[in-house]
Amino acid sequence: MSETRKAFVTFFTSLKLTVVLLALSIVLVFWATLAQVKLGIWGVQQEFFRTFFVLGKIPGTEIPVPLFPGGYTLGGLLLINLLAAHAYRFKFSLKKSGILLTHLGLILLLVGELATNLWQEDFILRLDEGQTRNYSESLRETELAVIDTTDPAWDDVVAIPTERLSGLSEIQHPKLPFRVVTRAYYPNAFVETAPSEGAPATTPDVPIRATRDIGTRAAVRPQPITYREDQRNWPTAFVELIGAEGSLGIWMVSAGLIHPQTFDYNGRTWTLQIRPERKYKPFSLTLLDFSHDRYAGTNIPKNFSSRVLLRTDDGRDDREVLIYMNNPLRYAGLTFYQASFENDDKTTVLQVVRNPSWLVPYIACLTMWVGLTIQFCIHLVGFMRKRSASRTAAEASVAASTTR
Amino acid sequence: MSMPSTTSSPTAGRSTPAAPSRPVPPRLTGFARWIPLIALILGAGYLISPLFKREPAGSFDLAGFGRLPVLVNGRLKPMDTVARTTLLVLQDRQRVSSPPVGDLVNSPDEWLLDVLFRPEIADTYPVFAIDNPDLLSLLGFTEQSLKIDYTKTAHRVLAAVGFMPGTYRRFSYQQLESKLAEIDKQSRLADPTEEALRTPFQKAVIKLRDRLVLYNRLKHSLIPPGSTQPLSDFDAFQKGIPAGAAAIRARQQGQPHDEAAGRATLEAAQRFDFMGRMGYLLAIPPLSGSTDPEGWKTAGNALLETFQTGELNPTIMAYAGMATAWRARQIDQFNTVVKLYREILVKRFPERLTKSDAEVRFNSAEPFFRSMYLYIVIFIIGIFSWLRSPDLLSRTAYLLLALAWIATTLGIATRMWLEGRPPVTNLYSSALFVGWAAVGLCVLLERLYRNALGAVAGGLIGFATLLIAHHLSLSGDTLEMMRAVLDSNFWLATHVVVITVGYSATYLAGFLGFIYVVRGVLTTGLDARTASAIKSMVYGIICFATLFSLVGTILGGIWADQSWGRFWGWDPKENGALIIVIWNALILHARWGGLVKTRGLMALAIFGNVVTSWSWFGTNMLGVGLHSYGFMDAAFYWLIAFCITQIALIALANVPSSKWRSAPALEGKV
Repeated sequence: MSETRKAFVTFFTSLKLTVVLLALSIVLVFWATLAQVKLGIWGVQQEFFRTFFVLGKIPGTEIPVPLFPGGYTLGGLLLINLLAAHAYRFKFSLKKSGILLTHLGLILLLVGELATNLWQEDFILRLDEGQTRNYSESLRETELAVIDTTDPAWDDVVAIPTERLSGLSEIQHPKLPFRVVTRAYYPNAFVETAPSEGAPATTPDVPIRATRDIGTRAAVRPQPITYREDQRNWPTAFVELIGAEGSLGIWMVSAGLIHPQTFDYNGRTWTLQIRPERKYKPFSLTLLDFSHDRYAGTNIPKNFSSRVLLRTDDGRDDREVLIYMNNPLRYAGLTFYQASFENDDKTTVLQVVRNPSWLVPYIACLTMWVGLTIQFCIHLVGFMRKRSASRTAAEASVAASTTR
Repeated sequence: MSMPSTTSSPTAGRSTPAAPSRPVPPRLTGFARWIPLIALILGAGYLISPLFKREPAGSFDLAGFGRLPVLVNGRLKPMDTVARTTLLVLQDRQRVSSPPVGDLVNSPDEWLLDVLFRPEIADTYPVFAIDNPDLLSLLGFTEQSLKIDYTKTAHRVLAAVGFMPGTYRRFSYQQLESKLAEIDKQSRLADPTEEALRTPFQKAVIKLRDRLVLYNRLKHSLIPPGSTQPLSDFDAFQKGIPAGAAAIRARQQGQPHDEAAGRATLEAAQRFDFMGRMGYLLAIPPLSGSTDPEGWKTAGNALLETFQTGELNPTIMAYAGMATAWRARQIDQFNTVVKLYREILVKRFPERLTKSDAEVRFNSAEPFFRSMYLYIVIFIIGIFSWLRSPDLLSRTAYLLLALAWIATTLGIATRMWLEGRPPVTNLYSSALFVGWAAVGLCVLLERLYRNALGAVAGGLIGFATLLIAHHLSLSGDTLEMMRAVLDSNFWLATHVVVITVGYSATYLAGFLGFIYVVRGVLTTGLDARTASAIKSMVYGIICFATLFSLVGTILGGIWADQSWGRFWGWDPKENGALIIVIWNALILHARWGGLVKTRGLMALAIFGNVVTSWSWFGTNMLGVGLHSYGFMDAAFYWLIAFCITQIALIALANVPSSKWRSAPALEGKV
């Protein structure tokens, strides 16, 4: 083994590295906890844990500099450290089986969390009593839906994730007889009624005007992106639609607008709207009843529950399900949790999660638990054995001294 | 890059901890043999004595009244609990007294009876605590008017040196009555400010407003506050309903009617409607048959029902009877009504009454409050055992520690039975449980080692956690109903209990480290044998803490996956628990890697106190996330102070070992 390689191995297998990484992890977790007050939980996850470096900006500029190793760096190094230590240093013995199992569980846990980060999908399903839906909506992602509504029987939808608009791109789609060209994009903006009649003046922030529909009567005020739990971002864009004969005009579209904007082109009717990104399912849920129980004479919530009707398109499932606290519905790889309620207890909000690796933490935990228990018992037995040995010795000496 | 050679051997220092060094039970001779036993009996007597307190014959049956059940905050509880917790909320203590005069009532129950039935007298009791100087001056109190004038010279001297209060800090409703409009105005101004951002004045004024509202709601619970003869008033009301109703109907149709009868009925209806909305106690059980807790209602609403039924609710009549007798100071009559009403209840809710009676006994026994004092005694005896008569004193401390632990065990068990819940359901009960588990471990250590280390650490942790619990109990009834998210006995019993035991163990390791450093640096008493005993204790306890905090954290993840759809969400409380796990793992790895020896191990263990306190309380103070169930701000400064002392201890541990006063005794083994 060459010297460099040896040095490498020594470095990556050392317990000192473990201790340093653990200490850095503590600092990272602590810092992230404090940062939550400002950034919110989601912002902290993005900026501290699902990243290689925690970035800061040089004061007064927008230039990012790495301040501290992020979750991926520390987690990755710990993983390497652990694997290297086991590969090069650890000899299996019964006495160390507990440690081995614990570390195996830890590896599983780290890998499982990474998988969850990469593949977990988190959506929301909002249902009024009596309402049926076969799609859930994203919490944060939005899309620009361009819908051909000419046929009253069905809609032809082209959905463009709003992220795609942010590059001021030009989008062409075989189903659309026009190109969608972004003229301006704001990840978060308030839309207000223009202070006076007529088209609002352009401002340094928004140097563009809409020429069609509601945008001609509204003012757009860009806002900084928010990460707070109780606030959301309202992506807003100015898009120009350009057909074969030239421009159709510029529309202002925003997640803050409730109603879609409608227009006619080439004898077909279209609507434009920014809405939460949708995920359609091969089944539908109908909210039969939402109930919010409180303890007698108080406002302390006792239970929230949603009675829903689950129906598949092919008619194979058609049954009632009760979703309540600590008791989600698991169906078709998705899990539906009772998350919240709105509208004077008439609307339920279900959280819909797809997490293909949900079982991994359970296995990891069981492994670690067994490992730690084994190790603890080994220590305890050794300790008690030593103790009784020394006790016997002491008693023997006491006996010897008294008989003397 | 190369690493020091110590790290190349992973097993360095990873040996089974040293066995206890003094395993043979100490032999005491002569009279000394009996001293530990006598101390044990005295301690037990102190703990159980309140259970045998009886009221003198021929007095008001206050205890009987205290045992009557009412529904408050979703739980059926005895009047006694309502009285005690309301007093704690209003004025931070259960005694009702005024500095120069002394006690104004004999028990919280007597105070409650006055509030309910003789509000004009209760209004003169100083039960509203106000500390904020701005608020005091707003209410027109000056430094001069707040000064207490003691008549006795001895009292003056005591007040001057701080053993008796020098200024008034509790005020009666009567004193505040003329300022109600101002208090209301100021609290309305403060309301829109987010709770965390309020100034001390805003917090104080909102607190006072809430206390006044609570007091007023209590006053409207059973009889209308102005009523001097409730029994005959209610009777007249019931008899007057037909005539009153007829008069109102006639007036609506524009026909001649009895003006007075109509007005009387209408006024009564308005008064009872107000009582129905204001009343704090849901004191009236559902009429025969139903035992559903949802069926309990306020007296006001029960009185309104008289319009439909034409009859007065029997419970209303019972309470009106008590009120009339209490007002007229008719002891026999009062006691008879309490007895008769109880007989009705016994037939309908036998199980509820058993619990209610037990709760009153539990309240008066105050197992946690009394154990707190016992822990101080144990701590002191333990310390003294290191100076002289080690065998005698450590045995005494050990027995008393076991006794105090049994008392808190019974207290926690009673709470669990009353609530039908696992031991930890809120911050208050977590404080009890952290202390209980840590002291339990200390009893075990003391049994194994018999060197008073367990007694000293146990006395200290037991006292500290019960003191914390006492302060947490000032916010009201500690047997709360569980919010929907937490309403799962399975997870409360597993995740919460396991993680709390993890807290206990981490604290215990930290306090043992604390003892090691203080004894080693500041005294000459730390010998090599004790040092090695502490080392193996700390090591063992940290292994135990790692096991429990890891398993507890993981169980929490599984609960989160079950209820919120994610195993791990980086919520502050989760992060706090994770930091404890990582910290314990760091200590173990640092020791296995030979990076720290005994002194370093102690310093790391002490920092575990900071880490655990952050997870336990600090994260709640952030006020974000799903776990933030207990926001407290006064505690924030205590937390900071505690952390500073721990950091100072770590600095102390870093004093070079040769400079330690125990250095000769340790023979360079530090």
